[in-house]
Amino acid sequence: MLEVRALEATRGDVTLFRGLGFTLGPGALLRVTGANGSGKTSLLRALCGLLLPAAGEVRWKGENIRRLREEYWKHLAYIGHANALKDELTAEENLAVACALSGTAVPHSRIRAALEGFGLGERRRLPVRALSQGQRRRAALARLALCETLPLWILDEPFAALDAAAMRQVQSLVGAHLARGGMAVLTTHQEARIEAPSATDINLDRPS
Amino acid sequence: MTAALRAVVRRDLLLAWRRRSDVATAVLFFVIVVSLFPLAIGPEPNLLRAIAPGIIWVAALLACMLSLTRTFESDHADGTLDQMLLAATPLGMIVIARVLAHWVVSGLPLVILAPVLALQFDLEPDLLPLLVAALLLGTPVLSLVGAIGAALTLGLRGGGMLLALLVLPLYVPVLIIGAGALDAAAAGQSAHPHLLLLTALLVLAGAFAPWAISAALRISAE
Repeated sequence: MLEVRALEATRGDVTLFRGLGFTLGPGALLRVTGANGSGKTSLLRALCGLLLPAAGEVRWKGENIRRLREEYWKHLAYIGHANALKDELTAEENLAVACALSGTAVPHSRIRAALEGFGLGERRRLPVRALSQGQRRRAALARLALCETLPLWILDEPFAALDAAAMRQVQSLVGAHLARGGMAVLTTHQEARIEAPSATDINLDRPS
Repeated sequence: MTAALRAVVRRDLLLAWRRRSDVATAVLFFVIVVSLFPLAIGPEPNLLRAIAPGIIWVAALLACMLSLTRTFESDHADGTLDQMLLAATPLGMIVIARVLAHWVVSGLPLVILAPVLALQFDLEPDLLPLLVAALLLGTPVLSLVGAIGAALTLGLRGGGMLLALLVLPLYVPVLIIGAGALDAAAAGQSAHPHLLLLTALLVLAGAFAPWAISAALRISAE
Protein backbone atom coordinates (compact mmCIF):
# COMPACT_ATOMS: atom_id res chain seq x y z
CA MET A 1 0.00 0.00 0.00
CA LEU A 2 1.52 3.26 -1.17
CA GLU A 3 0.32 6.50 0.37
CA VAL A 4 1.33 9.98 -0.69
CA ARG A 5 0.55 12.95 1.49
CA ALA A 6 0.84 16.65 0.63
CA LEU A 7 3.76 16.02 -1.68
CA GLU A 8 5.55 19.04 -3.08
CA ALA A 9 8.52 19.18 -5.41
CA THR A 10 10.50 22.13 -6.71
CA ARG A 11 13.06 22.52 -9.44
CA GLY A 12 15.14 25.59 -8.82
CA ASP A 13 12.61 28.31 -7.93
CA VAL A 14 9.72 26.68 -9.78
CA THR A 15 7.19 24.63 -7.86
CA LEU A 16 6.36 21.58 -10.00
CA PHE A 17 3.45 20.35 -7.92
CA ARG A 18 2.11 21.01 -4.45
CA GLY A 19 -0.27 19.29 -2.07
CA LEU A 20 -0.36 16.08 -4.06
CA GLY A 21 -2.00 13.17 -2.27
CA PHE A 22 -3.27 9.74 -3.25
CA THR A 23 -3.36 6.16 -2.06
CA LEU A 24 -2.62 3.08 -4.13
CA GLY A 25 -3.94 -0.25 -2.96
CA PRO A 26 -3.57 -3.73 -4.46
CA GLY A 27 -4.53 -3.82 -8.12
CA ALA A 28 -4.42 -0.05 -8.52
CA LEU A 29 -2.98 1.73 -11.51
CA LEU A 30 -1.96 5.37 -11.41
CA ARG A 31 -1.47 7.19 -14.70
CA VAL A 32 0.45 10.46 -14.47
CA THR A 33 -0.05 12.83 -17.36
CA GLY A 34 1.10 16.35 -18.02
CA ALA A 35 3.02 18.50 -20.47
CA ASN A 36 6.79 18.22 -20.84
CA GLY A 37 8.45 19.72 -17.81
CA SER A 38 5.34 19.47 -15.66
CA GLY A 39 7.16 17.28 -13.13
CA LYS A 40 6.13 13.74 -14.10
CA THR A 41 9.64 12.34 -13.78
CA SER A 42 10.23 14.29 -10.55
CA LEU A 43 7.06 12.81 -9.08
CA LEU A 44 8.15 9.30 -10.01
CA ARG A 45 11.65 9.86 -8.61
CA ALA A 46 10.12 11.19 -5.39
CA LEU A 47 7.91 8.08 -5.19
CA CYS A 48 11.05 5.93 -5.57
CA GLY A 49 12.92 7.89 -2.93
CA LEU A 50 15.56 9.14 -5.35
CA LEU A 51 14.39 12.73 -5.02
CA LEU A 52 13.88 14.40 -1.67
CA PRO A 53 10.48 16.14 -1.81
CA ALA A 54 10.32 19.78 -0.72
CA ALA A 55 7.41 18.89 1.53
CA GLY A 56 5.11 15.98 2.28
CA GLU A 57 5.94 12.32 2.48
CA VAL A 58 5.61 8.99 0.73
CA ARG A 59 4.60 6.04 2.88
CA TRP A 60 4.80 2.35 2.17
CA LYS A 61 2.61 0.19 4.40
CA GLY A 62 2.31 3.12 6.80
CA GLU A 63 6.00 3.93 7.12
CA ASN A 64 7.93 6.76 5.52
CA ILE A 65 10.10 5.38 2.69
CA ARG A 66 12.99 7.57 3.88
CA ARG A 67 13.16 5.39 6.97
CA LEU A 68 12.42 2.09 5.26
CA ARG A 69 15.11 2.44 2.54
CA GLU A 70 16.10 -1.10 1.43
CA GLU A 71 12.97 -2.49 3.08
CA TYR A 72 10.97 -0.41 0.59
CA TRP A 73 13.28 -0.80 -2.40
CA LYS A 74 13.15 -4.57 -2.33
CA HIS A 75 9.45 -4.27 -3.17
CA LEU A 76 10.00 -1.80 -5.99
CA ALA A 77 10.79 -2.08 -9.68
CA TYR A 78 11.69 1.25 -11.27
CA ILE A 79 12.27 1.67 -14.98
CA GLY A 80 13.33 5.21 -15.64
CA HIS A 81 13.65 7.45 -18.63
CA ALA A 82 17.11 6.08 -19.26
CA ASN A 83 17.23 2.40 -20.08
CA ALA A 84 19.86 1.50 -17.46
CA LEU A 85 21.62 -0.77 -19.92
CA LYS A 86 25.38 -0.94 -20.36
CA ASP A 87 26.33 -0.62 -24.02
CA GLU A 88 29.15 -3.16 -23.75
CA LEU A 89 27.05 -5.89 -22.14
CA THR A 90 24.50 -8.06 -23.89
CA ALA A 91 20.79 -7.75 -23.16
CA GLU A 92 21.00 -11.02 -21.23
CA GLU A 93 23.89 -9.84 -19.04
CA ASN A 94 22.18 -6.51 -18.40
CA LEU A 95 19.00 -8.20 -17.23
CA ALA A 96 20.90 -10.61 -14.99
CA VAL A 97 22.60 -7.69 -13.20
CA ALA A 98 19.31 -5.77 -12.90
CA CYS A 99 17.59 -8.81 -11.35
CA ALA A 100 20.47 -9.43 -8.95
CA LEU A 101 20.30 -5.80 -7.79
CA SER A 102 16.58 -5.93 -7.15
CA GLY A 103 17.11 -9.11 -5.14
CA THR A 104 15.13 -11.38 -7.44
CA ALA A 105 17.14 -14.46 -8.33
CA VAL A 106 15.95 -15.67 -11.71
CA PRO A 107 17.25 -18.65 -13.66
CA HIS A 108 18.88 -18.06 -17.01
CA SER A 109 16.04 -19.71 -18.91
CA ARG A 110 13.58 -17.11 -17.63
CA ILE A 111 15.76 -14.24 -18.80
CA ARG A 112 15.86 -15.80 -22.24
CA ALA A 113 12.08 -16.29 -22.23
CA ALA A 114 11.55 -12.65 -21.18
CA LEU A 115 13.71 -11.41 -24.06
CA GLU A 116 11.95 -13.75 -26.49
CA GLY A 117 8.64 -12.27 -25.31
CA PHE A 118 9.90 -8.91 -26.54
CA GLY A 119 11.18 -10.28 -29.83
CA LEU A 120 14.83 -10.09 -28.82
CA GLY A 121 15.45 -13.84 -28.66
CA GLU A 122 17.96 -13.83 -31.48
CA ARG A 123 19.63 -10.62 -30.41
CA ARG A 124 20.04 -11.48 -26.77
CA ARG A 125 23.77 -12.17 -27.16
CA LEU A 126 24.54 -8.93 -29.00
CA PRO A 127 26.05 -6.04 -27.08
CA VAL A 128 23.32 -3.47 -26.41
CA ARG A 129 25.37 -1.00 -28.47
CA ALA A 130 24.32 -2.93 -31.58
CA LEU A 131 20.59 -2.60 -30.84
CA SER A 132 18.27 0.12 -32.11
CA GLN A 133 16.65 2.64 -29.77
CA GLY A 134 13.37 0.72 -29.71
CA GLN A 135 15.12 -2.60 -29.15
CA ARG A 136 17.02 -1.12 -26.20
CA ARG A 137 13.74 0.04 -24.68
CA ARG A 138 12.36 -3.46 -25.21
CA ALA A 139 15.39 -4.97 -23.47
CA ALA A 140 14.93 -2.61 -20.51
CA LEU A 141 11.21 -3.42 -20.27
CA ALA A 142 11.82 -7.17 -20.54
CA ARG A 143 12.74 -6.83 -16.87
CA LEU A 144 9.03 -6.47 -16.11
CA ALA A 145 8.51 -10.10 -17.09
CA LEU A 146 11.09 -11.09 -14.43
CA CYS A 147 9.93 -9.05 -11.45
CA GLU A 148 6.38 -10.19 -10.88
CA THR A 149 7.32 -10.82 -7.23
CA LEU A 150 7.84 -7.08 -6.69
CA PRO A 151 4.49 -5.52 -5.78
CA LEU A 152 5.15 -1.93 -6.90
CA TRP A 153 6.15 -0.98 -10.43
CA ILE A 154 7.10 2.59 -11.27
CA LEU A 155 7.53 3.15 -14.99
CA ASP A 156 8.65 6.40 -16.59
CA GLU A 157 7.42 6.67 -20.18
CA PRO A 158 7.41 2.92 -20.78
CA PHE A 159 5.92 3.29 -24.26
CA ALA A 160 8.42 5.80 -25.64
CA ALA A 161 10.18 4.44 -28.77
CA LEU A 162 8.11 1.23 -28.71
CA ASP A 163 6.19 -0.15 -31.69
CA ALA A 164 2.61 -1.43 -31.46
CA ALA A 165 3.58 -5.06 -30.74
CA ALA A 166 5.94 -4.16 -27.90
CA MET A 167 3.38 -1.73 -26.49
CA ARG A 168 0.82 -4.53 -26.35
CA GLN A 169 3.34 -6.76 -24.61
CA VAL A 170 4.01 -4.10 -21.92
CA GLN A 171 0.28 -3.45 -21.51
CA SER A 172 -0.44 -7.13 -20.99
CA LEU A 173 2.45 -7.48 -18.51
CA VAL A 174 1.19 -4.50 -16.49
CA GLY A 175 -2.38 -5.81 -16.76
CA ALA A 176 -1.34 -9.23 -15.44
CA HIS A 177 0.64 -7.56 -12.65
CA LEU A 178 -2.43 -5.57 -11.56
CA ALA A 179 -4.65 -8.63 -11.78
CA ARG A 180 -2.24 -10.40 -9.41
CA GLY A 181 -2.79 -7.58 -6.91
CA GLY A 182 0.28 -5.52 -7.78
CA MET A 183 0.44 -1.74 -8.06
CA ALA A 184 1.74 0.33 -10.92
CA VAL A 185 2.50 3.98 -11.50
CA LEU A 186 3.31 5.12 -15.01
CA THR A 187 3.68 8.25 -17.05
CA THR A 188 2.73 8.26 -20.68
CA HIS A 189 1.80 10.48 -23.59
CA GLN A 190 0.23 7.62 -25.51
CA GLU A 191 -3.28 6.37 -25.06
CA ALA A 192 -2.51 3.13 -23.24
CA ARG A 193 -5.18 0.50 -22.78
CA ILE A 194 -4.45 -1.43 -19.63
CA GLU A 195 -6.96 -3.66 -17.89
CA ALA A 196 -6.93 -2.44 -14.31
CA PRO A 197 -9.21 -3.28 -11.35
CA SER A 198 -8.96 0.37 -10.34
CA ALA A 199 -7.33 3.19 -12.25
CA THR A 200 -6.64 6.77 -11.25
CA ASP A 201 -5.36 9.64 -13.36
CA ILE A 202 -3.32 12.55 -12.17
CA ASN A 203 -2.77 15.48 -14.46
CA LEU A 204 0.07 17.68 -13.28
CA ASP A 205 -1.02 20.56 -15.53
CA ARG A 206 -4.20 21.07 -13.53
CA PRO A 207 -3.32 20.32 -9.93
CA SER A 208 -6.34 19.13 -7.97
CA MET B 1 22.79 -10.06 -0.84
CA THR B 2 26.06 -11.79 -1.74
CA ALA B 3 24.50 -12.70 -5.10
CA ALA B 4 24.01 -9.01 -5.83
CA LEU B 5 27.59 -8.17 -4.85
CA ARG B 6 28.96 -11.00 -6.96
CA ALA B 7 26.88 -9.76 -9.88
CA VAL B 8 28.22 -6.21 -9.45
CA VAL B 9 31.88 -7.29 -9.28
CA ARG B 10 31.36 -9.58 -12.26
CA ARG B 11 29.66 -6.80 -14.20
CA ASP B 12 32.48 -4.33 -13.56
CA LEU B 13 35.18 -6.84 -14.49
CA LEU B 14 33.28 -7.79 -17.63
CA LEU B 15 32.89 -4.12 -18.55
CA ALA B 16 36.61 -3.57 -17.98
CA TRP B 17 37.38 -6.53 -20.22
CA ARG B 18 35.12 -5.26 -22.99
CA ARG B 19 36.68 -1.78 -22.68
CA ARG B 20 40.18 -3.13 -22.19
CA SER B 21 41.76 -0.31 -24.18
CA ASP B 22 40.64 2.09 -21.41
CA VAL B 23 42.26 -0.09 -18.78
CA ALA B 24 45.42 -0.44 -20.85
CA THR B 25 45.65 3.35 -21.20
CA ALA B 26 45.93 3.87 -17.45
CA VAL B 27 48.45 1.04 -17.03
CA LEU B 28 50.58 2.17 -19.98
CA PHE B 29 50.46 5.71 -18.61
CA PHE B 30 51.99 4.38 -15.39
CA VAL B 31 54.70 2.48 -17.29
CA ILE B 32 55.61 5.48 -19.47
CA VAL B 33 55.65 8.08 -16.69
CA VAL B 34 57.93 5.89 -14.58
CA SER B 35 60.20 5.19 -17.54
CA LEU B 36 60.57 8.86 -18.48
CA PHE B 37 62.58 9.70 -15.38
CA PRO B 38 65.62 7.43 -15.94
CA LEU B 39 65.71 8.72 -19.52
CA ALA B 40 65.55 12.35 -18.43
CA ILE B 41 67.97 12.13 -15.52
CA GLY B 42 70.57 9.89 -17.13
CA PRO B 43 72.56 6.93 -15.85
CA GLU B 44 73.37 8.16 -12.37
CA PRO B 45 72.78 5.03 -10.21
CA ASN B 46 72.84 6.70 -6.78
CA LEU B 47 70.43 9.42 -7.78
CA LEU B 48 68.09 6.98 -9.53
CA ARG B 49 68.08 4.66 -6.55
CA ALA B 50 67.21 7.56 -4.27
CA ILE B 51 64.29 8.85 -6.34
CA ALA B 52 62.83 5.47 -7.38
CA PRO B 53 60.23 5.05 -4.57
CA GLY B 54 58.93 8.59 -4.94
CA ILE B 55 58.62 8.36 -8.73
CA ILE B 56 56.81 5.02 -8.63
CA TRP B 57 54.34 6.25 -6.01
CA VAL B 58 53.62 9.55 -7.76
CA ALA B 59 53.05 7.72 -11.05
CA ALA B 60 50.72 5.27 -9.26
CA LEU B 61 48.68 8.18 -7.84
CA LEU B 62 48.33 9.78 -11.27
CA ALA B 63 47.44 6.50 -13.00
CA CYS B 64 44.79 5.88 -10.34
CA MET B 65 43.33 9.36 -10.93
CA LEU B 66 43.14 8.68 -14.65
CA SER B 67 40.96 5.60 -14.20
CA LEU B 68 38.79 7.15 -11.47
CA THR B 69 36.92 9.72 -13.55
CA ARG B 70 34.98 6.99 -15.30
CA THR B 71 34.03 5.02 -12.18
CA PHE B 72 30.50 6.37 -11.78
CA GLU B 73 30.21 8.74 -14.73
CA SER B 74 28.81 6.32 -17.31
CA ASP B 75 26.51 4.66 -14.77
CA HIS B 76 25.16 8.09 -13.91
CA ALA B 77 24.55 8.89 -17.58
CA ASP B 78 22.80 5.67 -18.60
CA GLY B 79 20.62 5.26 -15.51
CA THR B 80 22.30 2.17 -14.03
CA LEU B 81 23.32 4.22 -11.01
CA ASP B 82 19.63 4.79 -10.18
CA GLN B 83 19.13 1.03 -10.17
CA MET B 84 22.02 0.66 -7.71
CA LEU B 85 20.57 3.39 -5.48
CA LEU B 86 17.24 1.50 -5.48
CA ALA B 87 18.75 -1.94 -5.00
CA ALA B 88 17.56 -4.37 -2.35
CA THR B 89 21.19 -4.56 -1.16
CA PRO B 90 22.52 -1.70 1.01
CA LEU B 91 24.31 0.87 -1.16
CA GLY B 92 27.43 0.76 1.03
CA MET B 93 27.95 -2.90 0.15
CA ILE B 94 27.48 -2.25 -3.56
CA VAL B 95 30.01 0.57 -3.32
CA ILE B 96 32.54 -1.78 -1.70
CA ALA B 97 32.03 -4.24 -4.57
CA ARG B 98 32.56 -1.46 -7.12
CA VAL B 99 35.72 -0.18 -5.44
CA LEU B 100 37.05 -3.72 -5.21
CA ALA B 101 36.50 -4.18 -8.94
CA HIS B 102 38.15 -0.82 -9.63
CA TRP B 103 41.18 -1.85 -7.62
CA VAL B 104 41.50 -5.24 -9.35
CA VAL B 105 41.38 -3.52 -12.73
CA SER B 106 43.52 -0.45 -12.11
CA GLY B 107 45.41 -0.96 -8.83
CA LEU B 108 46.56 -4.55 -9.02
CA PRO B 109 48.31 -4.19 -12.42
CA LEU B 110 50.39 -1.34 -10.96
CA VAL B 111 51.44 -3.52 -8.02
CA ILE B 112 52.49 -6.29 -10.40
CA LEU B 113 54.36 -3.99 -12.80
CA ALA B 114 56.15 -1.89 -10.18
CA PRO B 115 58.99 -4.37 -9.41
CA VAL B 116 59.77 -4.68 -13.12
CA LEU B 117 59.83 -0.91 -13.56
CA ALA B 118 61.97 -0.56 -10.43
CA LEU B 119 64.79 -2.36 -12.27
CA GLN B 120 65.25 0.72 -14.43
CA PHE B 121 66.18 2.57 -11.26
CA ASP B 122 68.62 -0.12 -10.13
CA LEU B 123 66.60 -0.59 -6.95
CA GLU B 124 68.11 -3.24 -4.63
CA PRO B 125 66.43 -6.62 -5.27
CA ASP B 126 65.94 -7.02 -1.48
CA LEU B 127 63.72 -3.95 -1.51
CA LEU B 128 61.35 -5.22 -4.20
CA PRO B 129 59.13 -7.32 -1.86
CA LEU B 130 58.77 -4.27 0.34
CA LEU B 131 57.78 -2.12 -2.65
CA VAL B 132 55.11 -4.66 -3.59
CA ALA B 133 53.85 -4.91 0.00
CA ALA B 134 53.58 -1.14 0.38
CA LEU B 135 51.76 -0.78 -2.94
CA LEU B 136 49.47 -3.69 -2.08
CA LEU B 137 48.39 -1.86 1.08
CA GLY B 138 48.40 1.63 -0.42
CA THR B 139 46.65 1.25 -3.77
CA PRO B 140 43.30 0.10 -2.27
CA VAL B 141 43.35 3.30 -0.18
CA LEU B 142 43.82 5.27 -3.42
CA SER B 143 40.78 3.52 -4.93
CA LEU B 144 38.64 4.08 -1.83
CA VAL B 145 39.51 7.73 -1.31
CA GLY B 146 39.42 8.44 -5.04
CA ALA B 147 35.92 7.00 -5.31
CA ILE B 148 34.71 9.59 -2.77
CA GLY B 149 36.01 12.31 -5.08
CA ALA B 150 34.52 10.61 -8.14
CA ALA B 151 31.12 10.44 -6.43
CA LEU B 152 31.28 14.07 -5.29
CA THR B 153 32.18 15.43 -8.73
CA LEU B 154 29.56 13.31 -10.49
CA GLY B 155 27.64 15.19 -13.16
CA LEU B 156 29.69 18.37 -12.81
CA ARG B 157 31.20 20.14 -15.79
CA GLY B 158 34.99 19.81 -15.79
CA GLY B 159 34.63 17.13 -13.16
CA GLY B 160 37.91 15.47 -14.15
CA MET B 161 40.06 18.47 -13.26
CA LEU B 162 38.11 19.14 -10.08
CA LEU B 163 38.52 15.50 -9.11
CA ALA B 164 42.31 15.84 -9.35
CA LEU B 165 42.29 18.97 -7.19
CA LEU B 166 40.02 17.33 -4.65
CA VAL B 167 41.64 13.93 -4.40
CA LEU B 168 45.38 14.44 -4.90
CA PRO B 169 45.82 16.33 -1.60
CA LEU B 170 44.02 13.48 0.17
CA TYR B 171 46.53 11.06 -1.34
CA VAL B 172 49.45 12.81 0.35
CA PRO B 173 49.54 10.66 3.52
CA VAL B 174 49.63 7.47 1.44
CA LEU B 175 52.37 8.96 -0.74
CA ILE B 176 54.53 10.01 2.21
CA ILE B 177 54.18 6.76 4.13
CA GLY B 178 54.38 4.52 1.07
CA ALA B 179 57.51 6.11 -0.36
CA GLY B 180 58.92 6.47 3.15
CA ALA B 181 58.80 2.70 3.67
CA LEU B 182 61.40 2.16 0.96
CA ASP B 183 63.54 5.08 2.03
CA ALA B 184 63.64 3.72 5.56
CA ALA B 185 64.58 0.24 4.37
CA ALA B 186 67.25 1.63 2.03
CA ALA B 187 68.74 3.49 4.99
CA GLY B 188 68.91 0.24 6.93
CA GLN B 189 65.97 0.95 9.23
CA SER B 190 62.90 -1.16 9.73
CA ALA B 191 59.99 -0.44 7.36
CA HIS B 192 57.55 -2.05 9.75
CA PRO B 193 56.08 1.17 11.16
CA HIS B 194 55.33 2.40 7.62
CA LEU B 195 53.57 -0.81 6.68
CA LEU B 196 51.53 -0.68 9.88
CA LEU B 197 50.56 2.93 9.19
CA LEU B 198 49.51 1.99 5.66
CA THR B 199 47.41 -0.84 7.11
CA ALA B 200 45.81 1.62 9.51
CA LEU B 201 45.00 3.97 6.62
CA LEU B 202 43.49 1.06 4.70
CA VAL B 203 41.29 0.05 7.65
CA LEU B 204 40.23 3.65 8.19
CA ALA B 205 39.42 4.23 4.52
CA GLY B 206 37.68 0.84 4.27
CA ALA B 207 35.45 1.72 7.21
CA PHE B 208 34.51 5.28 6.30
CA ALA B 209 34.87 5.68 2.54
CA PRO B 210 31.88 3.44 1.57
CA TRP B 211 29.64 5.52 3.80
CA ALA B 212 30.93 8.80 2.31
CA ILE B 213 30.68 7.48 -1.27
CA SER B 214 27.08 6.33 -0.70
CA ALA B 215 26.07 9.71 0.71
CA ALA B 216 27.69 11.53 -2.21
CA LEU B 217 25.98 9.25 -4.75
CA ARG B 218 22.56 9.83 -3.16
CA ILE B 219 23.07 13.59 -3.36
CA SER B 220 24.09 13.37 -7.01
CA ALA B 221 20.81 11.57 -7.87
CA GLU B 222 18.60 14.36 -6.52
